[in-house]
Amino acid sequence: MKPAPFAYHRPRTLDEAVALLGSEPDAKVMAGGQSLVPLLTMRLAAPATIVDISAVEGLDTLTADDGGVRIGAMVRHADVLASPDVRRVQPLVTAALSHVAHPTIRNRGTTVGSIVHADAAAEMPVVLAVLGGTVEVVGGAGRRTIAAADLFVGPLESSLAPDEVATSAWFPALADDAGVGFAELARRHGDYAMVGVAAHVDASSARVGYLSVNDVPTVVDVTGVDAADAGEAALAHLEPGGDVHASAAYRAQLVRVLTARVLREAHEDRQGRGAA
Amino acid sequence: MTVSAQTGETGEAVHDVRLRVNGVVHDLRVPARRLLSDALRHDLGLTGTHVGCEHGVCGACTVLVDGRSARACLMFAVAAVEVDITTVEGLTRPDGSLGPVQQAFSECHGLQCGFCTPGFLTTITAGLEENPDPTHEEARDMIGGNLCRCTGYQNIVAAVECAAVLRRGGSRGPGPGGPHASITEAGGPS
Repeated sequence: MKPAPFAYHRPRTLDEAVALLGSEPDAKVMAGGQSLVPLLTMRLAAPATIVDISAVEGLDTLTADDGGVRIGAMVRHADVLASPDVRRVQPLVTAALSHVAHPTIRNRGTTVGSIVHADAAAEMPVVLAVLGGTVEVVGGAGRRTIAAADLFVGPLESSLAPDEVATSAWFPALADDAGVGFAELARRHGDYAMVGVAAHVDASSARVGYLSVNDVPTVVDVTGVDAADAGEAALAHLEPGGDVHASAAYRAQLVRVLTARVLREAHEDRQGRGAA
Repeated sequence: MTVSAQTGETGEAVHDVRLRVNGVVHDLRVPARRLLSDALRHDLGLTGTHVGCEHGVCGACTVLVDGRSARACLMFAVAAVEVDITTVEGLTRPDGSLGPVQQAFSECHGLQCGFCTPGFLTTITAGLEENPDPTHEEARDMIGGNLCRCTGYQNIVAAVECAAVLRRGGSRGPGPGGPHASITEAGGPS
């Protein structure tokens, strides 16, 4: 249970990091390392080079304003979770983060790292997807913005190019006439969820995101469907699988139950904000 | 800091790394893949940090990084620079006596085989720093990321609550009702 050998770089600037990713074959970016290091230790991944971005200047900025929440690539989950400004501007981010692993992992793990790790069992990719957020990346070809809908292409696979590094993620602010909800069920608190559901509703739409159901974070539009029936409707777009933690049938049942629960929570949240 | 890589005896590149552990600066030469948990135990001889699952699940290797809990098995020594690391060896008071969390584990029988204990002690030390007066539920939540295969969780939760009292300057009184029941607040009845 030891990682295979790798070359290690600890650049101080983004330019250096991008240059390393462009010149070193089979290089992998490491931020908080809380997902990557176990993969290395179990030798499920064995990159030739690790580019540790934890010393890169300017990646540790967290801002929350009327437009939304922008989270720099080295901002730890714990700091996002503790921010009253984040909670005020986009409460779904805070609600979901409290389900991300345990405090000790959240102290090191980064929200942006979790997103671009693109694990379909993780909370923050689904939150980004259901809110229609974006990720800023920098690579050899320059800077670009990737919409959440274009980010997740397969299990643990994002649409970042090998020489690109994610510098921040952006979550739009919750509008005055909107509401959100989040729930998940795990075997033990802090474990990966068997199924997790995030919802965003406003006057004209209802969107529900699912984690641990499909092999990528998946958002289903359930606009106009009653909360009680929305899970069944969503299952037409989902393929819940079975594993040692939960059978496919049980996951489907969790989709039905949690979808109804989370949609009601989102509608109540919306009403609580004064929306009609 | 890390200095430019050199090649070690095995042909694998090694890095000169400066770690600050329990207030002491250590210079060591390690391959990049050396986990912080192994660097602490093998290179520095600080064997108080235990290694259980070695992939971030069990919590036995938990140390403090700039005062916050962190899994030593999920960090590379080469990346653990420019921070202050505290291991279980650093939790004792300057005179060598037990720190409040250690004292609470002793008084509340918070350990059986003791393997998981270093990880609990560090986790709770950081947890009480953040939340000095946890409710029973918060005390349970504080240790949710640590496994005890002796399953002595009841007494560990009691030790969290006991440690919170000891940190505030409370003491253990002589009253009946088990160790936890006899913990009293400073200035309270004893």
